[in-house]
Amino acid sequence: MSSSDDRQDKMSATRRGVLKGLAALPIASAVPAASFLSTPARADVPPTSAVNTTGLAVTDTEVTVGILHSVTGTMAISETGSVQAEKLAIDQINAAGGILGRKIKFIQEDGASDWPTFAEKAKKLLVQDKCASVFGCWTSASRKAVLPVFEQYNGMLYYPTFYEGLEQSKNVIYTGQEATQQIIAGLNWVVKERGAQTFYLLGSDYIWPRTSNKIARKHIENFLKLKVVGEEYFPLGHTQFNSAINKIKLTKPDVIYAIIVGGSNVAFYKQLKAAGIDLSKQTLLTISVTEDEILGIGGENIAGAFACMKYFQSLNNPNNKAFVEAFKKTYGDKIVIGDVTQAAYLGPWLWKLTVEKAGSFDIDKVAAASPGVAFDKAPEGYVRIHENHHLWSKTRVGKARVDGQYDVVYETSELVEPDPFPKGYQ
Amino acid sequence: MFMGYSLGELGSIFAMQAFAGLILFSVFVLMSLGLAIIFGQMGVINMAHGEFMILGAYMTYLTSQLFQAYAPGLYGIYFFVAMAVAFVVSGGLGMLVEWGLIRFLYKRPLDTLLATWGLSLIMQQAFRSIFGAREVGVELPEWMMGSLAVTDTIEVQINGLFVMGLTTLIAVAVYLLMFRSRWGLQVRAVVLNRTMAGAVGISTERVDRMTFGIGCGIAGVAGSAFTMIGSTGPTAGQLYIVDTFLVVVFGGAASLAGTIASAFTISQAQSTMEFFMSGSMAKVLTLLVVVGILMLRPEGLFVLKVRR
Repeated sequence: MSSSDDRQDKMSATRRGVLKGLAALPIASAVPAASFLSTPARADVPPTSAVNTTGLAVTDTEVTVGILHSVTGTMAISETGSVQAEKLAIDQINAAGGILGRKIKFIQEDGASDWPTFAEKAKKLLVQDKCASVFGCWTSASRKAVLPVFEQYNGMLYYPTFYEGLEQSKNVIYTGQEATQQIIAGLNWVVKERGAQTFYLLGSDYIWPRTSNKIARKHIENFLKLKVVGEEYFPLGHTQFNSAINKIKLTKPDVIYAIIVGGSNVAFYKQLKAAGIDLSKQTLLTISVTEDEILGIGGENIAGAFACMKYFQSLNNPNNKAFVEAFKKTYGDKIVIGDVTQAAYLGPWLWKLTVEKAGSFDIDKVAAASPGVAFDKAPEGYVRIHENHHLWSKTRVGKARVDGQYDVVYETSELVEPDPFPKGYQ
Repeated sequence: MFMGYSLGELGSIFAMQAFAGLILFSVFVLMSLGLAIIFGQMGVINMAHGEFMILGAYMTYLTSQLFQAYAPGLYGIYFFVAMAVAFVVSGGLGMLVEWGLIRFLYKRPLDTLLATWGLSLIMQQAFRSIFGAREVGVELPEWMMGSLAVTDTIEVQINGLFVMGLTTLIAVAVYLLMFRSRWGLQVRAVVLNRTMAGAVGISTERVDRMTFGIGCGIAGVAGSAFTMIGSTGPTAGQLYIVDTFLVVVFGGAASLAGTIASAFTISQAQSTMEFFMSGSMAKVLTLLVVVGILMLRPEGLFVLKVRR
């Protein structure tokens, strides 16, 4: 171990000399992202032995991270946006001088929508590639599969999806919202603004919709003292919602609360419209339809529905304008950005800020430094990492437009505290 | 389970569920007719059937884009053009596949399963490369949206009616083709005894190619119709393939009437059960019933008497 470290130090000493010369070139100044941070001068780059004591893939000029998403298989549809966002963030950080003076190099692995593959690739990234950090996963199933790997080999995962909560790990930073953050503010809003009294809960049949609806039901019945008139689940990929729509017509709920995922959404909203349910009169609140899904559903089928999440592409603030512009410049004008894509973009930036706060790439130091790290240039506004490794974030309600974008109609005035193990909701 | 509904409401429940069941029935028939022709008449297990449907759906998407760009005034009728395009393209590709792949495997039906499964993966990846990983939205003309109110509580969906009409049309066309045309006669002859049919001068190769092509073409039309109710993405075909095989096997593979009867049974059972329990439970129960009946009648509901 020590002999190879020595050799590496000697090698990088000469490389450092060359780089000092290069540092005089205005590498970062041309890039707008440079304003995100103050670039540390090359001369201040701390030696690798000081910032990396655990043998991670860090040299004096480079730090290696992993990107672990599905780019094939059924989840590729969703995870493509996350990969794009993470690469964009890494490019921007590099253009602005990197982390502790080191450029980020990434190794991308494909989880192939298959949970054992995710675990295998996670192990490869940690054990073989010694990645200082990994950005990835989407489904809870893939996260649950890689979690023991990250804990055993002490890696760091930045996980971008909104999810059901009931989890917390030293080795994971959850950059999406957990269930209570997304659900409670939205239900409170719909009761206050739309005078809702009765709710019909719908969902795809797996852990996230079921847990989310459980929290929603507890909140509706125990805290708001209102009524749930129906609750129903459909297999993933279900395409026939006529029976459910008939039930909705009969029970006449004030709010349809829908947590249907993937291609089923397309069928659901098309059939809803065909059955004559007018979303400008019937309130529908969803937590699972982002701008990405609307591309498939078609704006005309979902216009008028409300979605409750933390980010919409149409958010009107300077951070977001710069983000959307950079994203479109890189990936084309037609691209849309959904909630999870934005959360994925936060990962590399939060990691960078945390490493700089810790003054080290070591996983334990990064994990310990994470609580309190704040990123005020986030597209969604301002976010801060909580002691439980989730983010404080605002919750917003958007109203779907025909063109597939959301108008933000409400946002919480304060950041919502993440509460992955909510009392009274289990 | 009937609690909380008045008698009048129950009446409309059953009326509306029966109608929902009829739509589901049409969907099942559309999905499985093409497969029943290929599987039942040729013995080829076509795992790529779902992908041929999605090909039809993508053709509909392309046609709608073209109409929007070049003839927005005619958008109301684009769907009919799209169905024709879907039939021709899916059928054409089907004939190509038969020529390049299937014809070498007629004596090894299980290998057709593997070969067409590989084909389905290739097609999925091709869709992903050409149209992108995300789902595409196919916009319907205005007149197809909405529903007709029969009574206060009973409403009939226009696109549901359209699918039902289309299904009837295709089923009748297939019947005429198979049982009232010279070509159908040749197909049935080849199915019964390939060698003998060849000996009396029927070009079995041509019959095979046409049969496979027409089966795939019908899949394309089905896919075109599904853009009204379902999603269009590279892997969406996988959603339909299990249901499709279920219907065909349950009906008795070699019988077109069996396919229709089995589609009717499954759809009505599922639609009625769906109302009184959750969607997942209804599906589980339907599968259990089908498995139970298949244990008693391994050949399916309708068995053709074939000399073996």
